[in-house]
Amino acid sequence: MGSGAEQLPEIIVLGPPAVFEIYDEQFSSRFRILRPWESEEPLPHFLASRAHTTLAALCSGGYPLSAAVLANLPSLRLVVTTSAGLDHIDLTECRRRGIAVAYAGNFFSADVADLAVGLLVDVLRKMTAGNRFVKNGLWPHKPHFPLGFKLGGKRVGIVGLGSIGLEVAKRLEAFGCAISYHSRKEKPFVSYTSYPDIHELASNCDVLVLCCSLTEQTHQMVNREVMLALGKDGVIVNISRGAVIDEKELVSCLLQGEIAGAGLDVFEHEPRPSPELYQLDNVVLSPHTAVLTEESMEGLYQLICGNLDAFFTDKPLLSQVPDE
Amino acid sequence: MDAIGVLMVCPMNNYLEQELDKRFKLFRYWTQPKQSEFLAQQAESIRAVVGNATAGANADLIDALPKLEIVSCFSVGLDKVDLTRCKEKGVRVTNTPDVLTDDVADLAIGLMLAVLRRICACDKYVRSGAWKLGDFKLTTKFSGKRIGIIGLGRIGLAIAQRAEAFDCPISYHSRSKKATNYTYYGSVVELASNSDILVIACALTPETTHIVNREVIDALGPKGVLINIGRGPHVDEAELVAALVEGRLGGAGLDVFEKEPEVPEQLFGLENVVLLPHVGSGTEETRIAMADLVLGNLEAHFSSKPLLTPVV
Repeated sequence: MGSGAEQLPEIIVLGPPAVFEIYDEQFSSRFRILRPWESEEPLPHFLASRAHTTLAALCSGGYPLSAAVLANLPSLRLVVTTSAGLDHIDLTECRRRGIAVAYAGNFFSADVADLAVGLLVDVLRKMTAGNRFVKNGLWPHKPHFPLGFKLGGKRVGIVGLGSIGLEVAKRLEAFGCAISYHSRKEKPFVSYTSYPDIHELASNCDVLVLCCSLTEQTHQMVNREVMLALGKDGVIVNISRGAVIDEKELVSCLLQGEIAGAGLDVFEHEPRPSPELYQLDNVVLSPHTAVLTEESMEGLYQLICGNLDAFFTDKPLLSQVPDE
Repeated sequence: MDAIGVLMVCPMNNYLEQELDKRFKLFRYWTQPKQSEFLAQQAESIRAVVGNATAGANADLIDALPKLEIVSCFSVGLDKVDLTRCKEKGVRVTNTPDVLTDDVADLAIGLMLAVLRRICACDKYVRSGAWKLGDFKLTTKFSGKRIGIIGLGRIGLAIAQRAEAFDCPISYHSRSKKATNYTYYGSVVELASNSDILVIACALTPETTHIVNREVIDALGPKGVLINIGRGPHVDEAELVAALVEGRLGGAGLDVFEKEPEVPEQLFGLENVVLLPHVGSGTEETRIAMADLVLGNLEAHFSSKPLLTPVV
């Protein structure tokens, strides 16, 4: 690119995130990009030799931005993550170093909520199973496909009533579901019933939709006890993080019929869901695509550039992570 | 009442069949090897017919049953019943409205989500192990898409109410304008031109047969999606298949087909198409409610009480 590129602000990209891969050219025309994944140097060497003065990093939602990595970015003042989730970033270290963090905020909430609803309807009404049935040519030979279960009137328990949880609630109310929730903090301005713990929520619901962030407290929060409390007709939808569920126990409960089905966009070890799930007709599996729509990626590109431009011109960030 | 002959035209629901067996003298039409002989023999004892979306009571059957008093449908659609002939002969007709409205509307939205977000294709992607090699491609956002509804009856309205929760602008075409805030279009082509997703929710009549034809499909376009939870004959199926195969239509979610259970095989390999085996009202809860309505209508008729859900 020649001398033009030297004048562009420099950022280091870690991941790389899907949105970067899609908008590579556009990003490269606005910023000078450090690309560690294209180098054969081990990351600490790369950072030490190239990123000593780098002020800003763009990282994906899966990239473990640990204190060790941050230590090799001594000049860093800004991290922009492409995700709404923050569990991959050592926020304590960022705070200590005075590194600002910008994220996707509420940007994806509609897309994620849409997928949660889609997965729930699919599990209850056997859409993916039905589609397979027809496309395998089975309908003429087996005239009666098994009945599904009605969505209306189901008691839906939302775990984590943040932006995504609220969007899920709004949609499912229109389907005639009764909404209740369990969240870190009770939300006084909603009319939904709040339960003080997830076990009580599960005992009073037919469906659990997991919309919470992954933290120490929520890690494997959905355990065998919770699933038994949900019951044999219960359905779990997970669009949060795989580690919120004890996946081994989930598989057991599904195999034993202790719960009726599950719709999962996230897994403990992506991209490798527990293989036992592949044999089951009553689960719908999705490859962590909740935010991967054309519209979201385009908007995310704009949001990221907006944050980076603001940073490099000393203006307030567009979507800074709030202090809690 | 167990001397009253009831003819069930095809298998449709075990609970309904068992209850009809208990309460009436049930004849299972599909088990008869020679149906015209059977009718000739049993005609005098059959006073009711129970039909559904697959088979009902056409003119021939009605004429063959001189003692027929009532046709009770295990469906809300009446396209398989010759209503004119029933009116002429004073035969009552009932169906199962309202109890299945929610399920059908739920499935319509489910199909929209499944097509736009490629939910079925994604499940296949994971199960095949392909995820290990890379992410699935970008899909299309559903919230905010313009929904065009053909037929704003009970089911059409229920679809609209759900779609509103996703911030989808709603427009519709109907025989007559309704008292709603949704945008009305006087023709299906106009509706299709102004919609991202077109959903068929009207009754099947001679007027609405092939209401979605080549012109409508062209107007919907290469990014448009068609959802059919009505009846197969609402759509010119050959044109639909060609448009999908050639990429002139963006996608389709279909619960019904022109000649069920036959489904055009050219659709099987398309990941932008979701196919279901006519399960619109297919939940445990709703089928029992529908069966109870059929039974309730029959009992009301034969006890000379007002019918619960009469059509004729």
